[in-house]
Amino acid sequence: MHMFEAIDLARFQFAFVVSFHIIFPAFTIGLASYLAVLEGLWLWKREDRYLKLFNYWLKIFAIAFGMGVVSGIVMSYQFGTNWSVFSDKTGPVLGPLMGYEVLSAFFLEAGFLGIMLFGMNKVGKKLHFFATLMVAFGTFFSAFWILSVNSWMHTPAGFSINDVGQFVPENWIEIIFNPSFPYRLTHMLMAAYLTTAFVVGAVGAWHLLKNNKNLCARTMLSMAMWMAAIVAPLQLIAGDMHGLNTLEYQPAKIAAMEGHYETKKGAPLILFGIPDDDAMEINSIVEIPKLGSMILKHDFDAEIKGLKDFPADEIPPAEIIFWSFRIMVGIGMAMIALGVWSLLLRWKDKFYSTKLFHIVCMIMGPAGFIAVIAGWITTEVGRQPFTIYGMLKTIDSVSPIDAPAVATSLLVFIVTYFLVFGAGTYYIFKQFSINPDIDKDQTKKVGSLGVSLKLFDKA
Amino acid sequence: MSIELIWAIILCFAIFAYVVLDGFDLGIGINYPFITSKWERDIAMNTVAPIWDGNETWLILGGGGLFAAFPLAYSVVLPALYVPLTAMLIGLILRGVAFEFRWKDKSKTQIWDKAFIIGSITATFFQGVALGAFLQGIPIEGRSFNGDWWHWLTPFSIFTGIALIFGYGLLGSTWLIYKTENKTKRHMQFLGKRFFILTLVMILIVSLWTPYLHPEYFQKWFSYPRILYVLPVPLLVLISTVFCFRALIKNYDLQPFLWSIVLFLLSFIGLMISIYPNIVPPGLDIWQAAAPKKSLQFLLIGVLIFIPIIIAYTSFTYWVFRGKTKPNESYH
Ligand code: HDD
Ligand code: HEM
Ligand code: HEM
Repeated sequence: MHMFEAIDLARFQFAFVVSFHIIFPAFTIGLASYLAVLEGLWLWKREDRYLKLFNYWLKIFAIAFGMGVVSGIVMSYQFGTNWSVFSDKTGPVLGPLMGYEVLSAFFLEAGFLGIMLFGMNKVGKKLHFFATLMVAFGTFFSAFWILSVNSWMHTPAGFSINDVGQFVPENWIEIIFNPSFPYRLTHMLMAAYLTTAFVVGAVGAWHLLKNNKNLCARTMLSMAMWMAAIVAPLQLIAGDMHGLNTLEYQPAKIAAMEGHYETKKGAPLILFGIPDDDAMEINSIVEIPKLGSMILKHDFDAEIKGLKDFPADEIPPAEIIFWSFRIMVGIGMAMIALGVWSLLLRWKDKFYSTKLFHIVCMIMGPAGFIAVIAGWITTEVGRQPFTIYGMLKTIDSVSPIDAPAVATSLLVFIVTYFLVFGAGTYYIFKQFSINPDIDKDQTKKVGSLGVSLKLFDKA
Repeated sequence: MSIELIWAIILCFAIFAYVVLDGFDLGIGINYPFITSKWERDIAMNTVAPIWDGNETWLILGGGGLFAAFPLAYSVVLPALYVPLTAMLIGLILRGVAFEFRWKDKSKTQIWDKAFIIGSITATFFQGVALGAFLQGIPIEGRSFNGDWWHWLTPFSIFTGIALIFGYGLLGSTWLIYKTENKTKRHMQFLGKRFFILTLVMILIVSLWTPYLHPEYFQKWFSYPRILYVLPVPLLVLISTVFCFRALIKNYDLQPFLWSIVLFLLSFIGLMISIYPNIVPPGLDIWQAAAPKKSLQFLLIGVLIFIPIIIAYTSFTYWVFRGKTKPNESYH
């Protein structure tokens, strides 16, 4: 009973801290690339608006990145504090991958971030651009390694098991490029780009609603909507391929996502329904006959295995991931729709004047974050009851630590996160409310530093 | 030399790099309560704003390296130090965000400065506590920690927690002596001397206390002929104390900082002497805890390639921001 409580708390704690963490990388991966593009355009075309936008988003990047770093440091200690048995067993395989992440990604980001934020006047423009690029590469490498780690937990490969029960690496290429990794990496990177694009678009749309001649706001919305129009459909394709890969390696997860309890030939595509894990049945409200088999097996009459035909102790909770999956896909479809609408408006030359479009863009601002979290919940809850799929159960991964310790730390994390990241979000919104199209250097002189400058001269 | 030992040395390097680098920027938070004017605080903060993230990355390398190279040690030590490590993380969060947040809202600067102070002191104190608890030894049964979640709490660990606050305080004030001028600098010279004396007293007490924690530690330091090999460490501490003191009295610019680092290095070597060949005192040694050879080799390649590159660009960043920090150096 005692263990049971500790494990639930540990799971909740992990889900809580990682969900908070992912919010920031999802935004900073995209934003780092966006900043690199803006600075590149500025160096190339010398148009003032690009520099203004660069400075504008740089400040937001700094806040988001800072929160990404501190929430990330917490992550790297979670494995050891709460999942020590997991750490002991998987350390030989996952440790080096995370080690490479620190060496190739975190140092690169941190090393050049200082120059990116503070160095504009200290190093030349070219070198500054180089620093921006390095930070962007850093975020990419970080995603590469951590997603390799995560994918290996879903589709372990290239290992053996030694006499103390540890996973021992046999083939690093197979480990790093494990079967689900290419799909997950593609899908997550595009998710990050979409997330950022919709934030940028929403801010642009907001300022356009205030003043539809605002050049910087126009540039933002336009850039963001190109991204949506191109990447959102690609994300659908990537997601579909990811799903097919999952069907091959984790069929129980797919059954839960789709709400299939019974094995059926010519399974329907259930759009909406109420899954019930206790009764092992779904009361489907809307379904399209045979389409499920078509999507998953490209054959209207193919057989899809239902949850009832998996061992009872290896079934993920469909009640959760049936919904989280639909939230993600629904948002994906909405993004595609918005992308198409933006193309139509451009074609009719009403892109900057359609108020309703701008309002919808604003509403869609946070959509990426919700889809990312929903996507991760689908993936991770769908892996249950395993931490290493098919190999190591969650219940056998947890630290031998007293439940009160986990409960206390959980409470402390919750309070700190809401206070600190709440404040950060508030500052980000405050920054959003500033008009991007004004000269930043003017405001700077009257800011806090202008005051300190005067005081210093007197001293 | 075995690859396990190489890895132990790499980890020592990462941890020492962390202690010095994050030591001085946590130290700024420890000195902050004594810096009261806003513009001095702005400058103090800006001396590390471009580099603190890089400094903290060594902590991630330390943790990540332990996970990769000595997974058994990682999975024993972290649950044993659950409370101090969690408290340290909370401290690091509070101070980490303060770097940005304090500029965002003029009416709230005070609040974020407090968060910076509290966060820095908390993180430092609990790092010291973790060190003390670690030295006292971690009970192991099978392949996991066997103790309750208050096991870390002892007079010794509280004492090392306080000791580290003074130690990082010294690194912080001597760093600021180097990076600031005029009034701020004089202020820091005053504080530096005090932190120096407090640190010395603490080093002395911890050095005398540690050998009595375990008979094994005592053996390492006082048995003949070992005593001949280890004697240089206290002697060098004595010499560098004299030089550090002299540099502080003579108001040198960079020297107090460098000599403080030397003092830290010697204390660190002293600790390593006490612990070796264990990775978790009292009973788990480097070879027992090491990951399989294939893991060690694979990441070693990465370390050999990346660490020189990291040192190169990190030095470049320090070079870009060299010299005295001026009050208008910020993008905010
Ligand atoms: C797909 C992207 C992604 C995912 C799934 C994760 N992270 Fe992350 N992480 C990043 C992408 C990222 C990043 C974009 O690289 C960050 C965000 C801000 C930053 O500094 O780097 C980062 C920061 C960051 C840091 C601070 C690095 C620094 O000081 O610069 C640590 C220690 C971690 N992460 C660790 C983790 C762990 C242990 C994770 C898994 C449980 C994890 N991250 C999930
Ligand atoms: C960043 C986005 C992520 C989110 C939002 C997320 C979410 C979750 C959730 C909700 C759970 C709990 C599942 C349950 O209890 O049923 C979980 C479990 C877990 N995840 Fe993730 N995850 C993410 C990324 C990762 C990554 C990148 C890793 C590995 C490096 C990882 C490793 C784990 C582990 C070890 C567990 C075990 C704990 C458990 O099963 O309860 N997760 N995650
Ligand atoms: C448009 C239709 C989409 C489809 C068909 C789709 C499909 C999928 C599938 C099948 C998974 C589960 C992978 C697994 O089984 O482990 C997944 C995970 C995920 N999805 Fe989507 N997705 C779509 C849109 C989106 C959007 C718009 C976002 C975010 C902006 C997103 C973000 C994620 C994330 C972060 C994960 C977890 C990481 C991963 O496993 O890749 N998805 N998606």
